[in-house]
Amino acid sequence: MLRYALKRLLSLILSLAVASVVIFAVIEIAPGDPASFMLGVNAQADTLAALRAELGLDVSKVQRYFNWVSGMLVGDFGTSYTYRTPVSQMIADRLWVSLPLALYALTLSTLIAFPAGIYAAARRGKPGDLAVMGATQLGVAVPNFWFAMMLVLIFAINLRWFNAGGFSGWDTGILAGLHSLTLPAIALALPQAAILARVMRSALLDILGEDFMRTARAKGLNPRQALWRHGVRNALIPVLTIIGLQFSFLLAGSIIIEQVFYLPGLGRLVFQAISARDLIVVESVVMLLVFAVITVNFLVDLAYAAVDPRLRSRT
Amino acid sequence: MSRNLVLGACLSSLVLLAALVSFVWTPYNYAALNIPDKLQSPNTQHWFGTDHFGRDIFSMIMVGARTSIAVALVAVGIGMALGVPLGLAAAARKGSWLDEVIMRGNDLVFAFPSLVIAILITAVFGAGAVNAIIAIGIFNIPVFARITRGAALSLWEREFILAARVAGKGAARISIEHILPNVANLLIVQGTIQFSLGILAEAGLSYVGLGAQPPTPSWGRMLADAQTMVSFAPHLALIPGFAIIVTVLGLNLLGDGLRDWLDPRIRVARV
Repeated sequence: MLRYALKRLLSLILSLAVASVVIFAVIEIAPGDPASFMLGVNAQADTLAALRAELGLDVSKVQRYFNWVSGMLVGDFGTSYTYRTPVSQMIADRLWVSLPLALYALTLSTLIAFPAGIYAAARRGKPGDLAVMGATQLGVAVPNFWFAMMLVLIFAINLRWFNAGGFSGWDTGILAGLHSLTLPAIALALPQAAILARVMRSALLDILGEDFMRTARAKGLNPRQALWRHGVRNALIPVLTIIGLQFSFLLAGSIIIEQVFYLPGLGRLVFQAISARDLIVVESVVMLLVFAVITVNFLVDLAYAAVDPRLRSRT
Repeated sequence: MSRNLVLGACLSSLVLLAALVSFVWTPYNYAALNIPDKLQSPNTQHWFGTDHFGRDIFSMIMVGARTSIAVALVAVGIGMALGVPLGLAAAARKGSWLDEVIMRGNDLVFAFPSLVIAILITAVFGAGAVNAIIAIGIFNIPVFARITRGAALSLWEREFILAARVAGKGAARISIEHILPNVANLLIVQGTIQFSLGILAEAGLSYVGLGAQPPTPSWGRMLADAQTMVSFAPHLALIPGFAIIVTVLGLNLLGDGLRDWLDPRIRVARV
C-alpha cells in the first residue's frame, strides 16, 4: 500500500508541475504588459520600470515561473494588478463561499441520489424504476444555470422563501449563510444527483447478480436485508469514486451558478479578473481549481486502493 | 428498434431541421429590432413571443440551434480527430513510453474542466464561439482517446488480429483496417453523448459570456439576457431552456438507443 501511495504521490506532483507550466505558458502568450496596461499609454518610462519591478515583471520568464510556483508553495499568490491586494487574500475570501457551496451541493446530491438509486435498483423494470430513470434522464439534460433561474422564479420571486441572489456572509450566522446558499446548492446538485443515482442503480444491479448475494439469500436473509447488508455496501465502491470526481465538477460548476445568484465566490472573482485583464488572479484561480481536481482524484485513488487491494498492483 | 432510439431520433431531427431551415427561412429577421412589439408573450404572430428589443424569439431559437449544433459538432470532431488516433496508437504500443505519455497526457487534460480551459483561453484571446469550440474540443480529446484505447486493447488480443499480423500487416495498418471498424460503433455512441454534453457546455459558456458574442444568437446568451426580466417575462427564460433540454434529452436518448441497437449482445439479452 505504501509503495502504491508513494508512486501515486510522485505522479500527483508531476501532474501538478506540468499543469503549472501549461497554465503559466498560456497566460504568458497574452499580449500586452500588465504594468503598461495599468498605467495607461502616457506613463513615464521610470514609473513603468518601477511598477514592473514592484510586480516582479522585470526578471526573465523562467525566473518569473519559479517565483510564481515557489510563492504558491508558501501561500503567496502574488499581488493583484487591479486591486493591489494579495491574491491569496482575495482567493481565501472567495473560497469561503465557493467551497461551502460545493460541499453543500455534494451533500444534497448524495442525499437525493442514494435513496433514488437504491429504490430504482430494488424495483428494476417496475413503474417506480422507470419513473426514477425518467427523472434522471431529464435531470441530466437540464442545464443547471437554467434550473437555477427557475428556482429563483418560483422560490424567490413568487413564494419569497429565499433571496433571489447575494450572500449574507457567515458573520450573520451559519444558518443565514446556508439559507442564502440553498437555492444555488440545489441547482448545482440536481444534474449531479441524476448522474449519481444512475451510477448507484447500475452498480447495485451488477452486485445483485453476484454469487454472494445468492449466498446471502440462501442463508435466510430476505431480499431487503440482503440488499442493505451486502448489496449497498459493495456498490459503494464505484459510487464513492464518482462522488470524488463530482466534487471537482461542482467546484467548477459553481463558477457558473455564482453568476446566476450574484454570489461573491471564485467564479465572480475570475470573471471580474478577466474583464480587468488581471491575469495573475486568473492564473492563480485556474491553478487552484486544477490543483483541487488533481488532488481529489489522487485521494479517491488512494481510498479506492485501501478498500480494494487488487487495485494496488494495477497502476 | 427501441422507443428510446425512435424518440431520441425524432427530437434530435427536430432540432437539426430547425437549424437547417433557419439558413433559408425564419418567420422574422432574427436580428431585426422592433421596440414597439417588445416583450410580447407567445401569440399567433410571434409563436414564442418577443424579447426586450422586440426580436422574434422563434427565429432566434432557430438560428440559436445553428450555433449550438455547430459548436458542439466541431468540438466533437476535434475530440475524435485527435483522440481516436492517440487511443489507437496507445493501444498498438501498449505499455511502451508512447502509451504512458498519451495516457498521462490524458489525465492531465482531464484535470482542466472545459469551463476552466475556456476561462484560460478567454483571458488570453478574448471571448468568442471559436474559443468555446476549442475549449470543449480539447476536453473531448482524452474522452475519445481513453475509450478507443480501452476497446482497442481487448481487440488486440483477438485471433483475427493475430491472423492479420501473420499476414504481415504492420501495427498502423491493423489499427486502421481492423481495429477502427470494430470500435466505430462505440465511437458513434460516445460521439452522441459528447455531442449532448457539448450543447450543454456551449450554453453554459455563452451564458457567462465566454461563448458566441452578440448579435449571433445562442441559447445560453438568450438566457443571460432573460435573467433580469424573468419576473415579468418568464417566457424569455423558459423557451431557450426548453430548447436546450429537448436537444440534450433527444441526443441522450439517441445515444442510449444506438448503444442498444448497435451492440448485439444487449439485443440478444433483451430477446
